[in-house]
Amino acid sequence: MPYALCFLLFVIGLYCVAVKKNLVKIVIGLAVMEYAVNLFLIMLGFRKGGTAPIIGRADLQSGTDRITAQFLNSVVDPLPQALVLTSIVISLGSLALLISICIRLYSKYGTFDITEIRRLKG
Amino acid sequence: MSTLLPAFVIAPLVAAFVLPVLGARGKAVAKVLAVLVTGSMLALAVFCVGRQGVYQVGNWPLRIGIVLVLDGLSCLLLLAVGVVSTASVLFGIRYMEQYTGQSKYLSLFMLLVTGMNGLVLSGDIFNLFVFLEIASLASYALVGFGGEHEELEAAFKYTVLGNVGSTLILLGIALVYGNTGALNMAYVSRAIQQTGVNTGLAFALALFVVGFGLKAALVPFHAWLPDAHPSAPAPISAMLSGVLIKTLGVYALCRLIFNVYGVSVSVAWVLIALGVVSMVIGVFCAVGQWDFKRLLAYHSISQMGYVVIGLGLGALILAQRRSLAWASLAILGGLFHLVNHAAFKSLLFLNSGSVQMATGTRQLKQLGGLADRLPVTRATCMIASASIAGVPPFNGFWSKLIIVLAAVQAGMIWLGAATVLVSLVTLISFLKVQRYVFLGELPDSLREAREHRGSMAVAMVALACLCVGMGLLLLVPALKSTVLDPAVQVLMEGLGYSTRVINLCSSKG
Repeated sequence: MPYALCFLLFVIGLYCVAVKKNLVKIVIGLAVMEYAVNLFLIMLGFRKGGTAPIIGRADLQSGTDRITAQFLNSVVDPLPQALVLTSIVISLGSLALLISICIRLYSKYGTFDITEIRRLKG
Repeated sequence: MSTLLPAFVIAPLVAAFVLPVLGARGKAVAKVLAVLVTGSMLALAVFCVGRQGVYQVGNWPLRIGIVLVLDGLSCLLLLAVGVVSTASVLFGIRYMEQYTGQSKYLSLFMLLVTGMNGLVLSGDIFNLFVFLEIASLASYALVGFGGEHEELEAAFKYTVLGNVGSTLILLGIALVYGNTGALNMAYVSRAIQQTGVNTGLAFALALFVVGFGLKAALVPFHAWLPDAHPSAPAPISAMLSGVLIKTLGVYALCRLIFNVYGVSVSVAWVLIALGVVSMVIGVFCAVGQWDFKRLLAYHSISQMGYVVIGLGLGALILAQRRSLAWASLAILGGLFHLVNHAAFKSLLFLNSGSVQMATGTRQLKQLGGLADRLPVTRATCMIASASIAGVPPFNGFWSKLIIVLAAVQAGMIWLGAATVLVSLVTLISFLKVQRYVFLGELPDSLREAREHRGSMAVAMVALACLCVGMGLLLLVPALKSTVLDPAVQVLMEGLGYSTRVINLCSSKG
């Protein structure tokens, strides 16, 4: 169910990119798509009642085997979180670039309407 | 050997951040440095020919760490990136003086090289995505570099479609990770061999085809290319058409399909269909164009179709378990056309830049009679046009010949006929270019048009020599077995890739 909702969010973003006429709304649609993918990655690593994958020195003093078993049973996968951090940074970069292109376009054409910004054709 | 691999990423990355620091006074230094970096990348790529190796970043074990993998296919792409980037930088030294902010241009250019080098070496899917984004972001900014109406419009269109493609790819990577629990290509491949392709992985593959198809501008996803490539400054157009769409699109897709997922009949048909549609629609859109660079951009779509047809045919023959020799011939045709296209299309874009710089326009109807005014451009443009149209003995002829042979051998005579027909239409459209740019009446306004010699001419002549000489890569057995055959072998071995990478890693220590 959460996966279906996440996919719905992705489709909403895609719809927004495809249908909206306003430059800024298109950028928002892209951001929504990226959030949906990030959410999906987070959900991959989610574990109900999971703990952080860290073993302290104090934990180790009492029976290593038991601790290891407990660790493996409760720990969350840290990798998706690292991936999400990376992808957030990348999407920040591309959003910043997109917004700055929008600002430049507005100063040239005086409009955010995509239907009026069409000098290129053929 | 493998300790050299990070240099492909580090050197241009460091250069990208050092060049803008040099400031206005260090302009000449920055240019020399840029040429040195791209030149040394090319030298390093030549040194890597025929070798293979795995570099484990930070000495993490293969399963969880990031690896850089050098094999025949990556080496071929590194060579192409090295040649085209060196020629473009040389050409840009003089050409980019029309623009302000040259150090920013060089810096973005270096990021582009970083992304492409990293992408072809990466042995980790997520790392591949990161490098893909580095190269894409640099290219978005470079398309809009001029900052005029058309350039910004093209940059916006390109950035939006490129971002959609990247997001689809990232979603595919997330699905792959969810289903296999690995990001390293070798281990992903191993997991897929054990479990087979389930629904989630199949959906991920579909996302990859669309995402990388967007990056490669295959026809249903090509809308951005005819705007973006002409809008960029000429050296950047040469980079984008020459190598970017190949490394970001075709290379990454092939690596995933052949080496990670393993070929199947349905995927092979998808590739062939995309290839045929791109090839035919691209060329017919190109014939009617009157803008020099836009015409070239449509031809890029068409020529990418040839590459994808070659690879798709190879995949089809492999998946149907028919003759291995014909499969390797088809793949050879695809890969050889890929490098050939890198040479002649980047040369054509440099030619268009030279014409535009001398005359101030790229509308074919306003040009004419420039043969005497621009002799070097004229001569190199002739060679490149003959190459792209597949006139013997230039390089395009050999790769197209192989693709046609493979199509006939695969029992698809219609496909062979279509490739020959498209080649003919290509020839017609380049005759039109020759006729309108270099022959005919010289307009009065262009009597003063002057060609810029020096580095621009050097870049064009070097690429023209490659167009003439690259047929030797196929005809001389020693060259073929060191450069082309290892690349074909990588795709032919298919899922053997994972075993090879894991063995390479363990044998090292």
